[in-house]
Amino acid sequence: MAGVASKGGEVRSDTYRDSRTWLLLPAWLTLVVLVLVPVSLMLVYSFLTKEFRGGVVWEFSLAAYDQFFCDRGLFGDEPCSIEWNYITIFWRSIWQAGLATLFCLIVSFPTAYFIATRPQSTRVIWLFLITIPYWVNLLIRTVSMRFMLREEGPVNNVLVWIGIIDDPLQMINTSFAVQIGLFYSYLPFMVLPIYAAVERYNFTLSEAAADLYATKYVTLRRVIIPSIQPGIIAGCILVFVPSLGAFLAPDLLGGAKNFMIGSLIEEQFKGNAGNWPFGAAASMILLSMVMIILTLYARQQSKALGAGS
Amino acid sequence: MPNKPAIIVKDAVKRYGDFVALKKINLSIQDNEFFTLLGPSGCGKTTLLRMIAGFEDVTEGEIFLFGEEIDKLPPHKRPVNTVFQNYALFPHMNVRENVSFGLEMLGQSKSDAMRCAEEMLELVRLSQFASRKPAQLSGGQQQRVALARALAPQPKVLLLDEPLSALDLKLRKAMQLELKHLQRETGITFIFVTHDQEEALTMSDRIAVMSDGEIQQLGEARDIYERPRNTFVADFIGDTNLLAVKVESISGSMVQCLLKGGQRLKIAVNDKIKIGDSLHVSIRPERLFVSDVDDSRGTLRGTVKDNIFIGTDINSLLILDSGDEFRVRASNSDRGNKRIYAPGKQVFVTVEEGAARLLVD
Ligand SMILES: Nc1ncnc2c1ncn2[C@@H]1O[C@H](COP(=O)(O)OP(=O)(O)O)[C@@H](O)[C@H]1O
Ligand SMILES: [Mg+2]
Repeated sequence: MAGVASKGGEVRSDTYRDSRTWLLLPAWLTLVVLVLVPVSLMLVYSFLTKEFRGGVVWEFSLAAYDQFFCDRGLFGDEPCSIEWNYITIFWRSIWQAGLATLFCLIVSFPTAYFIATRPQSTRVIWLFLITIPYWVNLLIRTVSMRFMLREEGPVNNVLVWIGIIDDPLQMINTSFAVQIGLFYSYLPFMVLPIYAAVERYNFTLSEAAADLYATKYVTLRRVIIPSIQPGIIAGCILVFVPSLGAFLAPDLLGGAKNFMIGSLIEEQFKGNAGNWPFGAAASMILLSMVMIILTLYARQQSKALGAGS
Repeated sequence: MPNKPAIIVKDAVKRYGDFVALKKINLSIQDNEFFTLLGPSGCGKTTLLRMIAGFEDVTEGEIFLFGEEIDKLPPHKRPVNTVFQNYALFPHMNVRENVSFGLEMLGQSKSDAMRCAEEMLELVRLSQFASRKPAQLSGGQQQRVALARALAPQPKVLLLDEPLSALDLKLRKAMQLELKHLQRETGITFIFVTHDQEEALTMSDRIAVMSDGEIQQLGEARDIYERPRNTFVADFIGDTNLLAVKVESISGSMVQCLLKGGQRLKIAVNDKIKIGDSLHVSIRPERLFVSDVDDSRGTLRGTVKDNIFIGTDINSLLILDSGDEFRVRASNSDRGNKRIYAPGKQVFVTVEEGAARLLVD
């Protein structure tokens, strides 16, 4: 990683010692009100009993987690065998989110690199252009994408017109459509952090590599990518995490076959058919998974940093 | 031919749009030479160096490396290495990996490259820092890593762009000697860029003095210092007194010149000049003697304005009767011979034989 330079943030000065408590208050408030309280609520709800027609009964129960992991037969009276239904949905979600992250990365890196290497004055314009579609609400964008991809939609029409295909493709309600949806939903979250990293990158390093007989490809692999790695990782997290929990794209573009965790959770809180404790439990499982992935990453990063010195 | 020049730059022009950064540069740099490009900031030194390294296209002209044209080759195909001004060390690699990078790129196995890197680090006395990241080193140490990294692949020519400018004075002096020593030891041709004339004089076999994208003078340090070709060089290299004069009469190789205030000076000259020309004369401050008696050799008269002690020397500032300011330097060690006079005192200045130089432009 960027080594010592990225270690900032330690407060050394005594200037603000007395007022530090006060100055930190907004940060603490944010953490408590927006993170700690909701997550605790979710945790508590996941251990409550469900009420029919939504809501909960304040009575401790493991039913939600049992439903998630255990298959107890049609009448619910058999011993626990592994329930694959939800695990499959989780697995599909991870796979979809991972693919979306990969595609975003592949497209974003050249884009971000291109923008960061334009003259200072035109960079803002490029960034502006990149973000314009995202001023439109995500729901509307996803619905529009449905129109684009449907059988008599513009994408199929163009493909038929060019002659690549004879008959319109079934794109809607496929995992491919979900993939496109996720990719398009979160692309700027990948472009922006990578752009920020490339902009900070010292291009003399590329010259130094070329001077030391490295080809363009080797320079990219051994010098540029390691230097902007923090930006790449930030982008991957910013795309992967929301993709994992996304429900608009899978709902509107994927149909029933391409159910993802987000839709599963959403469904539990929607209308009368919901099951709040189960939704809460699924959320907790999703949250733990994200935490585990991030922790593993952080552990590996600190190891890599430690090895350098 | 056994002694092909290491680098030949032939009619090289560099334009950025309408702006001409280099105007028809011609250079020939010998093998094993410590060659310096010297000039004020913005004169095109870096541009010329980067053209040799391959980071800038040559607008017109050619560059040869040991007889082989290289100006069309990409940088990674030119067997020259660069020490960058701000070192440009790879921040995510440790010192050893930085130094072995070039060797690996040349196809050496990782273990060979590492071994060679260790040797280079020994040469620049940094062995104990091999596992550190660049950010954990001081400026001087980073400088030496950059040097080791550029020398490791044994380039045919080493390019150095103001490599010492970020160091403090003492370290800079030490590194100057170290660089000179390294150059002798490795036998690699060094092309060294600096704006510091003292540094250039200390280190170089030959110097090209540049200004405004042109080479003003090319020669050995001593030659340039003692026989500057024009007012720019005289003024830029070392300290000098430049006086406007008019040619009054010529007899043989001696020219009689008239100064502004009506005083006269006899100067030897080779250049073609004619009576009535308006020229400049350059006289180095250390080649002047001041006396309070007019011993008839004394040609210039003036008044002492100030004396400034600068350690090894004492600088006296005089105002000549012509109105020109005039600096005289006396070494602190021969205060007995060269006397220092109090401000306000009227004095006579003698120019050492051959010290005055007439400059055509
Ligand atoms: N990429 C560029 N575009 C336009 N002008 C440039 C560029 N690079 C350098 N110059 C100009 O060329 C001149 C020489 O620059 P440079 O070689 O860096 O000077 P030095 O190294 O002697 O200080 C300067 O006037 C500079 O402004
Ligand atoms: Mg420069």
